[in-house]
Amino acid sequence: MESIGVLLVAQVIPYLEQELEKRYKLFRVWEYPQLPIEHANSIRAVVGNASAGANAALIEALPKLEIVSSFSVGVDMIDLDTCKEKGIRVTNTPDVLTEEVADLSIGLMLALLRRICQCDRYVRAGNWKKGDFKLTTKFSGKTVGIIGLGRIGEAVAKRAEGFNCPICYYSRTEKRDSKYKYYPNVVELASNCDILVVACPLTKETHHIINREVINALGPKGYLINIGRGKHVDEAELVSALQDGRLGGAGLDVFENEPVVPEELFGLENVVLLPHVGSGTIETRHAMADLVLGNLEAHFLGKPLLTPLV
Amino acid sequence: MADRSTNEEQSQSIINLPKVLLHGPPGFSSLLQPPYSLKFHILNNASLPLHHFLANHAHLCSSVAAVLCDGGYPITTDLLSLLPSLRLVVTSSAGTDHVDLEECRRRGVRVAGAGNIFSQDVADLAVALLIDVIMKISAADGCLRKRHGLSWRDFPLGSKLTGKKVGIVGLGKIGLEVAHRLEAFDCMISYNSRSKKPFVSYPFYSSVVELATNSNVLVLCCALNDQTRQMINREVMLALGKGGVIVNVARGALIDEKDLLRCWLEGEIGGAGLDVFENEPLDCEELFSLDNVVLSPHAGFSTLESYIGICQLVGRNLEAFFSNKPLISPVI
Repeated sequence: MESIGVLLVAQVIPYLEQELEKRYKLFRVWEYPQLPIEHANSIRAVVGNASAGANAALIEALPKLEIVSSFSVGVDMIDLDTCKEKGIRVTNTPDVLTEEVADLSIGLMLALLRRICQCDRYVRAGNWKKGDFKLTTKFSGKTVGIIGLGRIGEAVAKRAEGFNCPICYYSRTEKRDSKYKYYPNVVELASNCDILVVACPLTKETHHIINREVINALGPKGYLINIGRGKHVDEAELVSALQDGRLGGAGLDVFENEPVVPEELFGLENVVLLPHVGSGTIETRHAMADLVLGNLEAHFLGKPLLTPLV
Repeated sequence: MADRSTNEEQSQSIINLPKVLLHGPPGFSSLLQPPYSLKFHILNNASLPLHHFLANHAHLCSSVAAVLCDGGYPITTDLLSLLPSLRLVVTSSAGTDHVDLEECRRRGVRVAGAGNIFSQDVADLAVALLIDVIMKISAADGCLRKRHGLSWRDFPLGSKLTGKKVGIVGLGKIGLEVAHRLEAFDCMISYNSRSKKPFVSYPFYSSVVELATNSNVLVLCCALNDQTRQMINREVMLALGKGGVIVNVARGALIDEKDLLRCWLEGEIGGAGLDVFENEPLDCEELFSLDNVVLSPHAGFSTLESYIGICQLVGRNLEAFFSNKPLISPVI
């Protein structure tokens, strides 16, 4: 196995990097601004993450590439069509982060409506001595609208139901056996919910699925939670809506150009901003790493892949 | 002349209304909204300290039948003896540790509280604080806003809520709402209460130490009284273990704060989400500087929806009492 070349195109947790180093001949893309041909020809696998994968150019440059194993569930940074064409396998890390991302979505909703972060800062700054914090907004019973009722969407719904929140959703096709109310488009969903959660994959169709029309439909008493991808949201429109008061608030774990966060958001009280921690727990990252390693091992031993996408 | 007689008429009609004495912070009178504000003769509108007000209006003392008080504004034996006609205390809080219930009982004074009005909001806050502490939400948001230049990769990893073992101390209205919410996260719920609840399937532990030994998280939802004061002490914190999290949405004095700080500094505790403190408003530099703690300014019930609800409820309780109808949310 030592002679199998693996190209690491993104920073991953130390545990994963160390294991890859032990098992394969590991090349870190940042150490090779120009990858020498003899190395390129030895690379049979690429390991990426949510922000860096394998585009057509990279795939072309690695003639022996057999598998792309992503340390993420989202694979929008991988050119799936080119992989399909060339018979290159693609794996991701579904399920292991479902619960945690769902936990985080509810955490974001609560933090946003109940102003948890502001309250914490208020107390620490000694402001409580001057007076009580203002009234916030009740979370229980608010209608939660989910875009994408996949694993994560369902997990969010289940948790929100614990707070007596009615659930509605939009997805490409209606789920016949779902107990939740379906809306055939995002604008209608936004008009009929209090909190809108983005929980679908990023594709050409869902790029900027949250646009001005959706934001206006959600309205000044509506809240947006994005635990999908930054590019799901037209960020400029979002910022302008928040500044104008056309949107009640936003809880964001992802941004269009991470790690850049629009400056204007820092001054707003009705936003919660997180540095893409959606899968950022020790247990989850470890489980994701094991999936990456397990998929690679299975592939090179000729066994069935654990979590193939392509 | 006409103006004066109208004023006199108005004063006459107010004087005939039942008297309700306010005992709360500045602005407390806004709790009595129309139509209720028009049904009673409200005394101490300016929320002066009560002993001060009563000293200057001694002639009113003997005719006050009802007091409307806020949580933390005590109804003591002294106060009760100044109001010989008192028949009803309405408190706008869920907690009644500020009311001498025994003395009220002895004197035949009824007490009405906040009933279930705040339960959902307080339970929501308990879960909010819990998720925030273990997933480091406020910490991450704060870091981003300060633009520390901290690489996103280096942000410390948290832990998930799903599947955690949660011990609820006090399985009353609020405790049950907390349990219901955490079940949706597949948390394993167990509890300690004065006595085992007959229709509840969660495992019961007869001591808080045992509960802590079998949990990763403790959520405090019980009343403050002589038995529960400072019951969350070093022994309980050590039993909970390093990495254990305490959430308190009940009363600050349930926790021995000195033990808490000590356990913190020794690394014996993983984190805490605290909405209540022994002395409020909180003014403790040591707590202000801790990380892995989320602090909240006794805001469990402070939503617009709860405020509208409590305004309605206090009015309805007073109206019911003075119409000889049953109290809406009696405590005793």
